[in-house]
Amino acid sequence: MNYSGIPRWVYGLAAVGGLFVLLPLAAMVAKINWAQFIPLVTSESSLTALGLSIRTSAASTALCVVFGIPLALVLARRPFRGQRLLRAFVLLPLVLPPVVGGIALLYTFGRQGLLGKSLELAGIQIAFSTTAVVLAQTFVGLPFLVVSLEGALRTAGNRYEAVAATLGARPTTILRRVTVPMVLPGLASGAVLSFARSLGEFGATLTFAGSLQGVTRTLPLEIYLQRETDADAAVALSLVLVAVAVIVVGLSYRRPHRADIPAEAAA
Amino acid sequence: MKIARRNVGILLAAGSLIAGLAGCAGSPGAGSSSAGSSSAGSAGSASTSPQLSGTVTVYAAASLKATFTKLASEFEAKNPATKVVLSFAGSSDLVTQITQGAPADVFASADTKNMGKLSDASLVDGKATNFATNVLTIAVPPANPASISSFADLAKPGVKVVVCASQVPCGASAQSVEKATGTTLKPVSEESSVTDVLGKVSSGEADAGLVYVTDVKGAGDKVKGVPFPESSNAFNTYPIATVTTSKHKDLAAAFISLVTGSEGKKVLADAGFGVP
Repeated sequence: MNYSGIPRWVYGLAAVGGLFVLLPLAAMVAKINWAQFIPLVTSESSLTALGLSIRTSAASTALCVVFGIPLALVLARRPFRGQRLLRAFVLLPLVLPPVVGGIALLYTFGRQGLLGKSLELAGIQIAFSTTAVVLAQTFVGLPFLVVSLEGALRTAGNRYEAVAATLGARPTTILRRVTVPMVLPGLASGAVLSFARSLGEFGATLTFAGSLQGVTRTLPLEIYLQRETDADAAVALSLVLVAVAVIVVGLSYRRPHRADIPAEAAA
Repeated sequence: MKIARRNVGILLAAGSLIAGLAGCAGSPGAGSSSAGSSSAGSAGSASTSPQLSGTVTVYAAASLKATFTKLASEFEAKNPATKVVLSFAGSSDLVTQITQGAPADVFASADTKNMGKLSDASLVDGKATNFATNVLTIAVPPANPASISSFADLAKPGVKVVVCASQVPCGASAQSVEKATGTTLKPVSEESSVTDVLGKVSSGEADAGLVYVTDVKGAGDKVKGVPFPESSNAFNTYPIATVTTSKHKDLAAAFISLVTGSEGKKVLADAGFGVP
């Protein structure tokens, strides 16, 4: 048997920590009106909100991948002046209250905003559109991808890339054939975390995008609204959101575990 | 597996620890009220009522923030041994909090429906008193970019209108105005609170929004109000009541009489509230 090296009292505190998270979830499940559960979660507004949430989260995850990989590479591979500052700013949405993010986005992409005015002249209107939802979700989701990927890149090191370069491979080929495959588990878990964070995004969306069924009212906003009049519906939808999040996160955390072994051997 | 079984005891211990913590949180306000009474009697209050002392906790609708903050300091000035603790949120949020055991002495709702919910939960002491009304108005950015001058203008194509969702009181009122005028709005957003509607207008994102008269007054020069005659079709009545579980019912009653009395009426009227 492996020696775990964990003092026994640690299990006690771990149990409290675990209960602290599980108990509220259990309390919520206990509150569910099961007789009404199916009609509540399959109502038109619920399904529309769920569909919108999944579509916008998928789009924002794609944006996070497209811009997060380069950001993580820049931060992980070569030190430069102001790098720590850049990292601090990229990670800021992790600790920023989402409402603050929403206000910041409003002053950037809003009608009176920094870029919004020029965009409006070009005929592009972001406020109150699904695009605004995706932007808000990308804003809060991006740091998750960058953090996971930067860690993976640092752990993997760059020896294989150096070898590939001496063999004559071009930088883009190295990125595509060596770097990205090596950090794929880290990239996958980062993408999943971004997706999960996007799915739960509330504050920035409410502040920046508004709330209209089928356009900007994602599942968290629908829950917030339903809670005003129909607590049963709010709880039922909350469970749906929890279930989707658990499925997504659960699926992703199994995969990197297996793939970790060759990655670690490589490092 | 063996380890897991051995740790059931620790788990139970952790459970009782949590229960203990919950017990501690069950008696709020007790400390502060005794602190208040110790200083009572020394100050020569002009109030005609017997010396009031202690802390009164008032849960009030978000739209009452400015007026109740003012009335609370008046109350404290009149009764130096008292302290008013205010909590503002959407009326339905407050009802949920009170039914879940929040230590409120007074509840002031933005509509009769939410007071009814609290009453259904047997948490309203006696009968609620209606003390104010509020009507909808159109809020536009100061420059009024879409040239809104009537309710019908809101339905013009291209006008970005923001309203409250029908689930919240201001949205229900907006719907009755729509019905009364036969105007169908196509809002770009249906917000879950009136402050969110106001925010979208004051930031210039929306061309117009339906908010309460008092919101426009409170926002100063950040938005302009466009009154419309049809607004009389939909107004909210604000009731106030003592919460049954209150431990400071004398204070609660005193605060309510301030709100419903002449001083309260003046402060509320200044903020744009109507008389029920």
